[in-house]
Amino acid sequence: MNQADRDQSDSSTVIIDTGCANLSSVRYAFERICSDVLVSDDHTVIKAATRVVLPGVGTAGAAMASLKDKRLVELIQGLTQPVLGVCLGMQMMTQVSKEHGGREVDCECLGLIPTDVEELDSQGQPLPHMGWNQITPTTHPLFVGIPAGSYLYFVHSFRVPLSEYTIASCEYGETFSAAIAKDNFMGVQFHPEKSAAIGSKILSNFLALDQTKLDAATQEAKL
Amino acid sequence: MLAKRIVPCLDVKGGKVVKGVQFRNHEIVGDIVPLAARYAEEGADELVFYDITASAHDRVIDRSWVSRVAERIDIPFCVAGGIKTIAQAREKLAFGADKISVNSPALTDPSLIERLQDEFGRQCIVIGIDSYYDSDTDSYKVKQFTGDEAATKDTQWYTQDWVQEVQKRGCGEIVLNVMNQDGVRQGYDLKQLSIVREICDVPLIASGGAGTMEHFKDVFAIAKVDAALAASVFHKGIIDIGELKSYLFENNIAIRR
Repeated sequence: MNQADRDQSDSSTVIIDTGCANLSSVRYAFERICSDVLVSDDHTVIKAATRVVLPGVGTAGAAMASLKDKRLVELIQGLTQPVLGVCLGMQMMTQVSKEHGGREVDCECLGLIPTDVEELDSQGQPLPHMGWNQITPTTHPLFVGIPAGSYLYFVHSFRVPLSEYTIASCEYGETFSAAIAKDNFMGVQFHPEKSAAIGSKILSNFLALDQTKLDAATQEAKL
Repeated sequence: MLAKRIVPCLDVKGGKVVKGVQFRNHEIVGDIVPLAARYAEEGADELVFYDITASAHDRVIDRSWVSRVAERIDIPFCVAGGIKTIAQAREKLAFGADKISVNSPALTDPSLIERLQDEFGRQCIVIGIDSYYDSDTDSYKVKQFTGDEAATKDTQWYTQDWVQEVQKRGCGEIVLNVMNQDGVRQGYDLKQLSIVREICDVPLIASGGAGTMEHFKDVFAIAKVDAALAASVFHKGIIDIGELKSYLFENNIAIRR
């Protein structure tokens, strides 16, 4: 066994069991491209993972309440390995979401990436923003080999605005963040697990990330 | 630019994909998972599975195929048929369905839409509407329990009123199935779809009547729908999805290729 094989077999991808998300699709998508996928809410397992996925379906309020119930908030905030948030999982990485889900106040999020979540201004086009739309990626390693204009599958009504943390953008009425990143945390608004070959390529890129690549990306972003 | 979606519909009965004409005389088309995988590979943007007997016979769809589809295909899919409760919806979503579609049970109890939306978010709640043109009154009306000819019945709803009602109650998408057009391949009902488009603020999927590639072009360019659903033209090999997408692209329709 050479070094690369060993690294592969020793690595693990843990999908956080958020309690309210549809986890199956994300799990199946990773299982199609690697053999070491676990779904867990066990603190020890998550901490020991080579990389972590934060999925999400539903509203920010309900999902954050579930993370609090499972005492996962501080744990996620303390993770140092690559972490990928998907859809609502990405939105939860921000500081605050305006998606109330019936509540009066804004939803406080994980605060991993200093941006926030507001309603998408579709300029009168149908909402939710649902279907395949094109992205314009930056040079972030998550998007290696993903050409501008690639179609990804989106389903959402709230969005993260463009900022210095945007690593891919998309347009629907307005231009917004299709993906964001800061240090080891990155999130995608679209559903890579439902985006055919292009989505699978992005998940493969995530599996191939290591600290060196992330440090280089962070360094580049600062220049 | 957001692409217009091509959505093959797989009517499921007894664990097989079937197709009838105007909802009648169902014939077996093939097995669920291989057919779903083939359409995904050919470039389908999304799939819809309808258990067409479920509502009428009060039979809940066999759930095992939902997870088998989710394991295999990497595009979104929607499951419909016999979903009357939050628990039934949760099960389909947990097995890997991206959306659940409700038709007859929402007509029986419209509050189901709100309860589903509260629980799962509107993005995964699709309302299917079986609409027909009533020539006696020159109006569009909604039918219920269309999966079984013997059980099919008229409702009190005019189509436009029901379209507005389901949006108010929190659905995330509408599939408008025009029954007069279903399975006869004479083209989508552009007039009716255009009327509904005007009052529909959520994504609208046209269903019923696709026969040629031009029909798809027209329903996107004229009726401005977000997606076009079809069954027999794909099952019978009359239209190839790849060729359809090339044709639409050449005709300036935004399409994922």
